[in-house]
Amino acid sequence: MRDLYHRLRSRFELGEVTEQRADLWFVTVERDWLRPLLIHLRDREGFTHLVILTAVDWIEDGRFQLTYLLNNRVAGQDLGVRVMIDRDGASMESIHELWPTAATYQRELREMFGIDFPESPGVDEEFILEGWNDIPPYRRDFDTLRYAEENFSQRPGRETRDPAKHMKDELYPDRA
Amino acid sequence: MLYPDRSQYPARKADGSLDIDLTSGKYLKIWQGPNHPGITGNMSVELTVCGDEVVEGKTHVGYLHRGFEKLMERRTFIQCFPIVCRICVPEPDFNEYCYAAAVEELAGIKAPERADWIRALILEMGRINSYMMYLGGQAGALGQGVIGQWTTYVRDLMLDRFEELTGARIYHMFILPGGVRDGLPDGFEGRMEETLREIESTLRDVEKVMFHNAVFKKRTVGLGVIEPDWIDRYGVTGPNARACAVAKDVRKDQPYLVYDQLDFQPVLGRDSDVFTRADVRRRDILLSVDLIRQMLAKMPRSGPLMAEIPNVLHWKIPRGETYVRGECSRGEYGYYLVTDGSGYPRRVNVRGPSYTHAMALLERMIVNLNISDVAALLVSLHTYPPEIER
Repeated sequence: MRDLYHRLRSRFELGEVTEQRADLWFVTVERDWLRPLLIHLRDREGFTHLVILTAVDWIEDGRFQLTYLLNNRVAGQDLGVRVMIDRDGASMESIHELWPTAATYQRELREMFGIDFPESPGVDEEFILEGWNDIPPYRRDFDTLRYAEENFSQRPGRETRDPAKHMKDELYPDRA
Repeated sequence: MLYPDRSQYPARKADGSLDIDLTSGKYLKIWQGPNHPGITGNMSVELTVCGDEVVEGKTHVGYLHRGFEKLMERRTFIQCFPIVCRICVPEPDFNEYCYAAAVEELAGIKAPERADWIRALILEMGRINSYMMYLGGQAGALGQGVIGQWTTYVRDLMLDRFEELTGARIYHMFILPGGVRDGLPDGFEGRMEETLREIESTLRDVEKVMFHNAVFKKRTVGLGVIEPDWIDRYGVTGPNARACAVAKDVRKDQPYLVYDQLDFQPVLGRDSDVFTRADVRRRDILLSVDLIRQMLAKMPRSGPLMAEIPNVLHWKIPRGETYVRGECSRGEYGYYLVTDGSGYPRRVNVRGPSYTHAMALLERMIVNLNISDVAALLVSLHTYPPEIER
């Protein structure tokens, strides 16, 4: 992986690098570098398999982290490419032309995080949710408990307890 | 010309979509699912047909969305365990393993060697069960109901082994961060050997009745071919790729647990059609039988089963991210876990093989198919909807 990193660094502007395992590294790039980097990794370095495309909501920084995880099966290596984008009006270039299956990931990210991928096929079609009228539910500021309390009623006779308090008081009273 | 000339219509619009005018009388919309014997679980395929040929198919999911990934963000690391196994009912153990391994990696915990052997054993047992459900479904999609009865019987025998090992039949919650709950019970090896022999015997019958059946062969040979250049473009993994002679198997490519200590080669096919995919899975069951025998012969019988882990009530994991994968019966299963130093996962993303197989790949393959073959194609991709809408 280190050789790969040096080769990439000579061609692209790479940001923060994380060596998670010998066969799994993460690297951060600016959004303008993403497409050429992905094409280079796919066509020149053997990272032909798009494993996942997903997002992490860093709400405290006002940013979304997009993670494009690529796999090189022959070399047994994975490289996660991180791109940080603004949370407000979040939008990103589509990569469905590189991997047609990316359109599904992008459609899900549009629905669940509200990140737009203009020109991605069917990106505005409902994917999992139907008639959803709240904020995108996988954003950190979407409160699942509040939503459940507002939209569903409790079954009569049901007792609820705080799991952490119950475990501490009832199950493990002698543990700190 | 007896059949519609697909090069002529439906024509494509400027944006690439098909120009389908339902009022023309040439086309009809049919929903296969969510309640339909020819659908794999809680999903549906919106078919647009011309005569009895499919001109467009769209996968619809969302019928059992419970927001697993989001729910986990509100739960401590240990509280996530009753959730993860429910992401895949027929083969839940991969969720437990991948999640546990991801948590261990970010927390700097190493599971004991004996636990790794038992984890691999459980994963192979689950693989056999999942394939047994598949074989019954694949035969059933083409009218052979008896195969499902036979495979359900041997699956039940394996569930008995699960029950005596883990205490549960379907959701085991036996693999935890740090190791496994317990060792093998007394006499387990003997009873497992009896089960494996029953599986081999049943598979011999299945081969004769299903794979040598003229109707099954006639309907599945040449149906639903996955082209080699689709493998990477559509993220095809597991038996769907191996039936195309692509030796894609995480157990071999990036060995985890104890697979580097086992002697095996990935099962490959050549023709990449429905028949070949079924045959690859049948032979994959025999491979799992062999691997279980190897594991029972080689695994240590003493030693710790759990590593020391922090108090789970106050367990905080430093900021980090990782991806852990395994080879399940349908292909690559993986967990992308992000932590932020708190006592809760920051983000969990589950990569189920069905996510790519049942969406982009299916929609690509279903075009020009006869309606009566849609169920056979769907089952042959071996998809489980909960993986799509975690």
